[in-house]
Amino acid sequence: MTPVSRRAFIRNTGGASIALWLGVSYDSYGGKTPDASLAKNFTPYILVESNGNITIYNTKPEMGQGTFQSIPALIAEEFEVSLDQVIIKQSNGEKELGNAQRAGGSSSIRNNYTDLRKIGASAREVFITAASTKWGVDVASCYAENGKVIHKQSNRKLAYADLLEEASKLELPKEPKLKDPKDFKILGKRIKRPDVALKTNGKAEFGIDAQVPGMLYASVERCPVIGGTLKSFDAGEALKIPGVEKVVETEKIMGRHHSVGVAVIANSYWTALQARKKLKIEWDTKGFETFNSVDFENRLRELAKEEGIIDKNTGAIETLNLPKENIVDAFYETPMAAHHTLEPMNCIAQVKGDQVEIWTSTQVPSSVTGNGANDLHKQIGFSPDNIKLHAKFIGGGLGRRLYIDFIIEAVNIAKQTDKPVKVIWSREDTTEFGPFRPMTFSQLKGGFSDDGKLVAFEHKVISPSYQESMRTDFDKTKVDKTMVEGIGEQAYEIPNIKTSFVRADFHIPVAAWRSVTSSTISFPHECFIDELAYKAKKDPMDFRMELLSKPSDTKRVLQKLREVSSWDKPLPKNKGRGVAQWEFFAGLCAQAVEVTYNEDRSIKVDKVYAVIDLGEVVSPDNVKNQVEGAIVMALGAAIKPGITFDKGVTMQHNFYDNPLIRINEVPEIEVHILAEGGKVKGVGEPGLPPFAPALANAIFAATGKRIRKMPFDIKSV
Amino acid sequence: MITLNVNQKSYKVDVDPNMPLLWVIRDVIGLTGTKYGCGVAQCGACVVHLDGEAVRSCVTKVSRAEGKKIVTIEGLSQHNDHPLQRAWQEIDVPQCGYCHSGQLMSAAVLLRENPNPTDKDIDAAMAGNICRCGTYLRIRKAIHLAAEMQRKGK
Repeated sequence: MTPVSRRAFIRNTGGASIALWLGVSYDSYGGKTPDASLAKNFTPYILVESNGNITIYNTKPEMGQGTFQSIPALIAEEFEVSLDQVIIKQSNGEKELGNAQRAGGSSSIRNNYTDLRKIGASAREVFITAASTKWGVDVASCYAENGKVIHKQSNRKLAYADLLEEASKLELPKEPKLKDPKDFKILGKRIKRPDVALKTNGKAEFGIDAQVPGMLYASVERCPVIGGTLKSFDAGEALKIPGVEKVVETEKIMGRHHSVGVAVIANSYWTALQARKKLKIEWDTKGFETFNSVDFENRLRELAKEEGIIDKNTGAIETLNLPKENIVDAFYETPMAAHHTLEPMNCIAQVKGDQVEIWTSTQVPSSVTGNGANDLHKQIGFSPDNIKLHAKFIGGGLGRRLYIDFIIEAVNIAKQTDKPVKVIWSREDTTEFGPFRPMTFSQLKGGFSDDGKLVAFEHKVISPSYQESMRTDFDKTKVDKTMVEGIGEQAYEIPNIKTSFVRADFHIPVAAWRSVTSSTISFPHECFIDELAYKAKKDPMDFRMELLSKPSDTKRVLQKLREVSSWDKPLPKNKGRGVAQWEFFAGLCAQAVEVTYNEDRSIKVDKVYAVIDLGEVVSPDNVKNQVEGAIVMALGAAIKPGITFDKGVTMQHNFYDNPLIRINEVPEIEVHILAEGGKVKGVGEPGLPPFAPALANAIFAATGKRIRKMPFDIKSV
Repeated sequence: MITLNVNQKSYKVDVDPNMPLLWVIRDVIGLTGTKYGCGVAQCGACVVHLDGEAVRSCVTKVSRAEGKKIVTIEGLSQHNDHPLQRAWQEIDVPQCGYCHSGQLMSAAVLLRENPNPTDKDIDAAMAGNICRCGTYLRIRKAIHLAAEMQRKGK
């Protein structure tokens, strides 16, 4: 991390009110005295005003993962204020709040756990010092509680708001003393989420809810053949519909994918949607109109024969010369998937001269207002200083809202009218145009020594490339690390391991989907471990534990799972139990799944036990909610149809042909949290990857049938 | 002009009678708690009450709502304190929260018709509401809790 200094700044906010900003500067700075204006690269997290208001900024967009509570909680705990007494403000990509205003990769807590606590602790120490100076007493005789400093002996009290002048003269200590976890009042406790009440009465404002005076609405017709673009259009009939204001071209950019669609601008969304049906458009489908999933999947199976590019080769797998009977191999397949955020893509944009104002739900406020090479300003030709964002609650991110294609498209529409325009993607638009989670196919090979030890493990991934899709400068001679994600992070002690990657050319935009490639790649990897256990005639849990002789997080997690799932207790004959674990960039979770094999050959998923390893936990109940949700999402991806193409067109359109899990399909879920110190790990994604392999392994245990292809039908096994 | 009664207030709206009630409520009247999710009665994010019945406002023509009492999430209670709203808050049900207006409106009809629902009753009544975050276990738990609050007159 860059050097961090902690500074306090005082600023007159007009009238009698003054405000003290406390935060960090990511540049080393030479200033000796606190500045009256906000310094460059200064990121304030706390604002204390003389009227008593205390504001904590949450710079991580809230999309259901709980940062609206957990980020302020880290600061509030050390600052000695309760969450009830602070105003939480969601940041809007403001330059002074830094360039890390983004939520993705389960990173918000794991990257900030200690730093945000230090900010809160520094601020607390400043106010304690300020009070002790004012009272002329020893600093050690004062402590802070509930937004006040208290002098122990005299029981005198001063609120933070009454100490602003004194506090502003102080530097924030660089290495403040953090609280002893046993004194925590917020962290690790059950604290009610402050955004929940807003979400039970319709008051939470999502991007799609934003309203700007004088706003028009737009709906965009895009080339149904993905990769195609506009040739020409006739808007005559559409323009005859009352309420239609204009029909314009608009370009959408996502990574290396560019396309032009036709936008109907009208006085209501409904009118725009009706008029859109009247457009006569000629598309340039560029040869992609013959593309179909069946042929492409056959191509992937062909490509599996290629050597591929080696990502990792430890040991000497080529020289082992194991006898044939000691080798197991298998081929696994997974599907493409849509994100299906329940809030469809949407964005309001207003262009006035060289200024653009945006209201939307995005996981990446910093990419909307930032000055980076791939940020919005580059794509729309505006100065980053002239882009203003209003970031709203997100009705589901799941990775989809890491991309700003829909914002670019909306701005390109707004450039052609002087009014603000709200662009809403229909559910069909949101389903059909991606970007999609790519499929991964896997060729696996395992080898045993003559004394039955697993000595070799090969995993070759055959797939489109995420990096190639989303970047313009991807080097095709290199491994796309995203596509082999997690494989190199498994703790299993196997002396010879080889990982390789075969890239398939693909014209369809592919993207991160909650838990990224781990959402598909854990399935072959952990099912194949089960196949190897079967070959070795060992219990799948025992087999894994034997590969984990050294202490590791994975070992601890599996030990805990063994205990809480009563793994060693036999199940009745028609039932089965499966296990899987997955460690990757986001974190680590292991799951045991219990299923019943019914007379009619259907499978009932009875119960899921999950153990998530966090190191430190901010909000245990929220962690449980996240893991429960990740399991439900993983269940859907395991058993419901994925995304396919024919004649270049997406074959799924809405929830009737691309269904999601409903309440009657959810198994019992029991989540256990390990927070035993060590590396702080993420929450949002790790619950997802272990589920599908644990389920398939349970089905094998119950039925003897090995599943090597996702999705699989559990109505008839 | 169509006259609508929404949350006990009268609104005169000048819209195409074929316009779905959803867009009239959201874009014309300005009550945005009712959500658009699918447009084809698949997800339940748009559920409102029409004379006490749960309807999918995305496929209900505004003309059908004329002369009827419409209740949206904003009108479910005065102070966010319907037993279901309190139970939702008690159990911290929502994640992203987008579907929960519809979940609550569907659950409110269930609880009125069946003050003591079983898991099976809940599943049957709530299977039309999708939650992409997967908060289903908590929805079930919260409906039971709300039923209990209602029984105890809390």
